[in-house]
Amino acid sequence: MTQAAGLYGTYGGRYVPETLIPALDELDAGWRAARADETFQAELDELGRSFAGRPTPLTRAERFAPGKRLYLKREDLLHTGAHKLNNALGQAVLAQRLGKQRIVAETGAGQHGVATATVCARFGLECVVYMGEEDMRRQRPNVERMNLLGAEVRPVDFGTRTLKEATSEAIRDWITNVETTHYLIGSCVGPAPYPEIVRELQAVIGREARAQFEAAEGRLPEVVVACVGGGSNAIGMFSGFLDDAEVRLIGVEAAEAASLGKGNAAVLHGARSSVLTDEDGQIEDAHSISAGLDYPGVGPEHAWLRDSGRAQYVRASDDEALAAFRELTRLEGIIPALEPAHALARARELDAELVLVCLSGRGDKDLAEVLSH
Amino acid sequence: MSGADTPELAAAAVAGGADIVELGFPFSDPLADGPVIRRAAEDALAHGMRTRACLDCLARTRELVGNTPLVPLTYAALLEAYGWERFDADARSAGATSLIVADLPVGERPELTRIQLVAPTSTDERLRLAAEQTDGWLYLVTVTGTTGARSDVSPALAGLVERARAVTDVPLYAGFGISTPDHARAAAELADGIVVGSRAIEVAAGGAGALRDYVRSLREAVDAVVPA
Repeated sequence: MTQAAGLYGTYGGRYVPETLIPALDELDAGWRAARADETFQAELDELGRSFAGRPTPLTRAERFAPGKRLYLKREDLLHTGAHKLNNALGQAVLAQRLGKQRIVAETGAGQHGVATATVCARFGLECVVYMGEEDMRRQRPNVERMNLLGAEVRPVDFGTRTLKEATSEAIRDWITNVETTHYLIGSCVGPAPYPEIVRELQAVIGREARAQFEAAEGRLPEVVVACVGGGSNAIGMFSGFLDDAEVRLIGVEAAEAASLGKGNAAVLHGARSSVLTDEDGQIEDAHSISAGLDYPGVGPEHAWLRDSGRAQYVRASDDEALAAFRELTRLEGIIPALEPAHALARARELDAELVLVCLSGRGDKDLAEVLSH
Repeated sequence: MSGADTPELAAAAVAGGADIVELGFPFSDPLADGPVIRRAAEDALAHGMRTRACLDCLARTRELVGNTPLVPLTYAALLEAYGWERFDADARSAGATSLIVADLPVGERPELTRIQLVAPTSTDERLRLAAEQTDGWLYLVTVTGTTGARSDVSPALAGLVERARAVTDVPLYAGFGISTPDHARAAAELADGIVVGSRAIEVAAGGAGALRDYVRSLREAVDAVVPA
């Protein structure tokens, strides 16, 4: 699937200033060496078990989806409350193998920022997180958590003041401090080899869920559903089922941030992918009640899965996500994050009985936003 | 940065002694740029400076500056949307001498002839490849960082020049972080020329006369350096 040059069909690549290329080469070599080293995977497995809380359970949502056998992969129960920790742990171990003691990251909803701040606290690494001012307002509890964990949260006060600008500023920091710093990107976006690294570190979701679903039902799901912002929980979940041609893969985007549904082939944050742009290639603003989906780009592998037809991408509106958020809370006793609430909104109405949904995070961070609607 | 007054400003820079003029084609998310050029790009886009308007601006500039080389400086996103070959062809027919794409490192899209950038982090192998593929001269990024004024010329420049000279005879022009005549003199003692962006944009806000005088001050500083 992943070609040597970091391309997914015509997507992916490395559209970054020359300054970063040697660091990307070093990261690529370090990643391949780690992958070939059994102790790396063993260390990740042990951290997953003893620190993160893996494996996460699979929960049937019988009252939320009567008449279906709909299961939730409970990444909301992972330490720090979202799937983001899988990637942050893996990259922090990798950064230490590369000798980098300073970590920069971007964050939208704050879940990746919290995961990054957490692993930096755990390993004693310096941590700087860039976050848009609008997102800091929407996700105040996560800002406070990052501060408590010892990270410096740097507000980004220009442009959309959301994830897009936070990502640009994190990359600018990395360009400036590249010799000492690892850029711990939070989704399967960015220049090669990042999309591949993030996918492989999130693939644990799909591996576990596939085995758990088979154990519960004696067969594979008909449909697998996940929300897509940058697309990391979805690519991790999908990767467990890509070779099962009979399993439909459905990604759910926020209606006003549908990079795959409404985007153009374009270049953003170091890769060619499907991006919300105008006809001149200028990046357009995304809008979503969910800060984690409020991003005009998406991982290049998703663009390729869309074009190849292997995955389908649909949309859910703010109101639909809010309704699903409230219903899962009332009917199942599980408060989901607003991001996977988009996946829940579409999953329930699917013409399929056996459904697997990635519940990528928990909703504590979203209470203020939900209560204000 | 391209805008209504660009032709007049470019002519003033040439009158002040600029040998080459770079014209920014703004992109909404310029990763290689610090705050000055980022804000200039935001302003230009707010004033409608999309690709077609920038090409028109380039053509009008060409009419005012004779044979002075004009080099659009932009990002891959604009070429991706406009069409890579079409952008190159239309820019050259509008008067561009070459092209700089800030987020297109050497090795990507080798078929697009352009001025290549190298950085202090570039390996010798990449310096050699950039020198082979570059269009006329090499752009030395003097710092590991984004564009914008610095208090001193980067200590990394000397080493980068030395490594580049070892692999190529093409002219080496140093940019990023150069803003004063003192910087210009210090950089010109090492490299074959200097590139000034952010500070020139700030000065140009004061009009063509201010830009001409500023460029002249840099020109005099560079000319005072005795060729080695």
